[in-house]
Amino acid sequence: MISYYLDLALRSLKRNKVLTALMVLAIAVGIGTSMTTLTVMHVLSGDPIPQKSADLFRVGLNVFPDDNFRPGDKVPDNLTRRDAEALLRDARADRQAMMSAGTMVVTPAQGDPLSLEARYTTADFFAMFAVPFRFGHGWDRGDDGHHARVAVISAALNDQLFGGRDSTGSMLQVGGQSLRIVGVLDDWSMNPRFYDLSNGRFGDSEQVFVPLATALDLHLATSGTMNCWGNVPDEHAADAPCLWLQYWAELDAPSTRRAYRQYLQNYMAQQRQAGRFTHPGQIRLLDVMQWLDAKGVVPSDVRLQVWLALGFLGICLLNTVGLLLAKFLRRSGEISVRRALGASRRAIFMQCLVEAGVVGLAGGVCGLALAGLGLVLVRHQPTDYAGLIRMDPSMLLATFVLALLSSLLAGLLPAWRAMHVAPAVALKSN
Amino acid sequence: MDILPILATLRRHKVTATLLILQIALTCAIVCNAVFLITQRLHRMDMPSGVAEHELVHLRLADIGRRDDEKARTAEDLALLRQIPGVTEVASVNQVPFGNSSNNSGIKLDPKQSQSTLNMTTYFGENLAQAFGVQLVSGRMLQPDDYMDFDAVVHAAQAGDLKHLPSVIVITQALAERLWPGQSALGKQIYLGSEVPLRVVGVVRGLVRPSIWDDAMAQYTGILPVRVFDGNYILRTAPGERDRVLKAAIAALKKSDPHRVVIAQHIWDDMRSDFFRQDRAMAVLLVGVCIALLVVTALGIVGLGSFWVAQRRRQIGVRRALGATRANILHYFQTENFLLATIGIGLGMVLAYGINLFLMQHYELPRLPAIYFPVGAVALWLIGQVAVLGPALRAAAVPPVVATRSV
Repeated sequence: MISYYLDLALRSLKRNKVLTALMVLAIAVGIGTSMTTLTVMHVLSGDPIPQKSADLFRVGLNVFPDDNFRPGDKVPDNLTRRDAEALLRDARADRQAMMSAGTMVVTPAQGDPLSLEARYTTADFFAMFAVPFRFGHGWDRGDDGHHARVAVISAALNDQLFGGRDSTGSMLQVGGQSLRIVGVLDDWSMNPRFYDLSNGRFGDSEQVFVPLATALDLHLATSGTMNCWGNVPDEHAADAPCLWLQYWAELDAPSTRRAYRQYLQNYMAQQRQAGRFTHPGQIRLLDVMQWLDAKGVVPSDVRLQVWLALGFLGICLLNTVGLLLAKFLRRSGEISVRRALGASRRAIFMQCLVEAGVVGLAGGVCGLALAGLGLVLVRHQPTDYAGLIRMDPSMLLATFVLALLSSLLAGLLPAWRAMHVAPAVALKSN
Repeated sequence: MDILPILATLRRHKVTATLLILQIALTCAIVCNAVFLITQRLHRMDMPSGVAEHELVHLRLADIGRRDDEKARTAEDLALLRQIPGVTEVASVNQVPFGNSSNNSGIKLDPKQSQSTLNMTTYFGENLAQAFGVQLVSGRMLQPDDYMDFDAVVHAAQAGDLKHLPSVIVITQALAERLWPGQSALGKQIYLGSEVPLRVVGVVRGLVRPSIWDDAMAQYTGILPVRVFDGNYILRTAPGERDRVLKAAIAALKKSDPHRVVIAQHIWDDMRSDFFRQDRAMAVLLVGVCIALLVVTALGIVGLGSFWVAQRRRQIGVRRALGATRANILHYFQTENFLLATIGIGLGMVLAYGINLFLMQHYELPRLPAIYFPVGAVALWLIGQVAVLGPALRAAAVPPVVATRSV
């Protein structure tokens, strides 16, 4: 039966090519824009580290002195060095690391000095974020304690400086000092770079990783937000009243999460007793997806574009509903003849829906092409996420589902009206 | 033109007419808001900077690790840069307008206030105002003997030694007006943090801050008499000379020490276009969507209009046979479209207002100005009339003889 309806639908669509083209085009443009913006949204709001995102927690403590404390303010994102080092010493989580972004100038054996993006962190970073290594390994907690002159470099930097060979054991010249390379990363990039969103949210990962203690010894430049209160001669000093370090903890089981939360509350109570502040001192523990959500990692422009595209699709559908309705009702005579010859209302309804579905599928195919074109345009936009935008199989499927659903939806009302054509009246008026 | 027969006909096509009205309403609502968003973006891209935009070259060198000789090195660099033919002013600064790193500070009008009055950005650098080409409105610019070295200031702040801290500041007109509305700012006192009193000695027309997070505060700027040595240089030259000066400057600096790394180099116009590139991209996208929307709606009107004409061929023929002129038929369809468009526009205005309220809540957008309503209405009326013209002309061409034929 369906094949008969398909045949009828194609004949009917062929009869008025301009109108058919108009309907297909309207659906295609609506689907194309919607899928372009939804794909961008899908990519940007994706989970950067799906296997561990529920176990990794960003730690926030509100340790502002009473003068700077405003009730109702959010808990700051970063920690002071004093608090971060205290938490790291206690090591109550399964894994934990404190970190900061930075830049350093490396002088290679040949050629011009390079200005590189760096991350200063502690030993657990690599295991905690499941960082893959091509050669060697990360440093250990002992290296953190000894302020060891070691570094881990990215695959790209290894290719650039050492032609891709195993460079572990080689030296990296940084500001007159030498750092021994202990590990080379495999290709690794987190998008969004969830562990520190303050220095560009999307793009490649850092090129050099150095123990935080070593970076402080060498006075390497840090970057990112630095929020201080009071007189601060040295923002990086151990007791400086400055918020600048990101702190992450890995908590694998619900019981450890509860225990860790309790531990943080106890820590804050101790600080209050020690006289640092008198306010309650909130804590905040957010897993990766909660953290990304709290930081609004999807740009507001992208959200706006999704709304706009959906509105656009709505208009295109209204357009299609109107055209289909006009088309079906104009065929009242034909429908009446079929009804008079014994076709049920259901059969008429199905026939109309099949015709709408054919229009929808054609619109979906054209829409997919338009979405592909749209994504090419998005990739050429001057945004830091432009290079990441790809259509994956799930979005491909979603395109067709959306196209088919919306065209069937558009066909519903016209088909309903068509099946209610009164055969006697329509036949008589002819 | 008699409207009643048109209404009577429309009543027989309720569903189709409603669909067309809804489509026009949605288009009207979305296009009004999209055009408003476009003008907001264009307005933002026009944000005044207060500097001599077409005369500036910016250079930033990486800190290579040696920290002891930075003062001598900066003096040497500035001397080298000043010698380049065509360079009129040079300065070593801490930050640049529309750049992405910034120094900011809370300020107070009274040291006993518990919260800051507002947050302003602080520009440091000897000869900064002259190099940027900032315009003085009243008072005086900072003089060489006002200036102190950055490291000395840090030490003095640590020791609480007010004598060796800056005591004067130049601020922008916008900041002066915000702090002391309607009064002259000259001679007034502000407090940096809560300890450092600064007397306003000059007011400049404007100097935009780097990394703007709130457009309303874009011009809350102070220039402090502090010398900095961060390898962040501004050169001023004639507009046509900029590319040559930039090349010569890099060559001169590299010649003095081949190990130096230039992290950023641009003529200043590129910084502006870089800073607003997302606004521009969004504006282009919105223009594209508006055009597509209007085209889709116009095509919808053409499609439905053609159907109606085809459906009513016989009726038109009868009217023609009964004495209606071609013009009568043409006007009939034009008026019909006008009626539908008017209802759609009316509904669309309400919807536009609703969408605007939603945007105001979620995207910090201002209220839609009233002028958008009449302009939007006229635009949609025009589009409706243009779209219906084809089908209406076809209707007018139906010969009276059709009335005598059976279908």
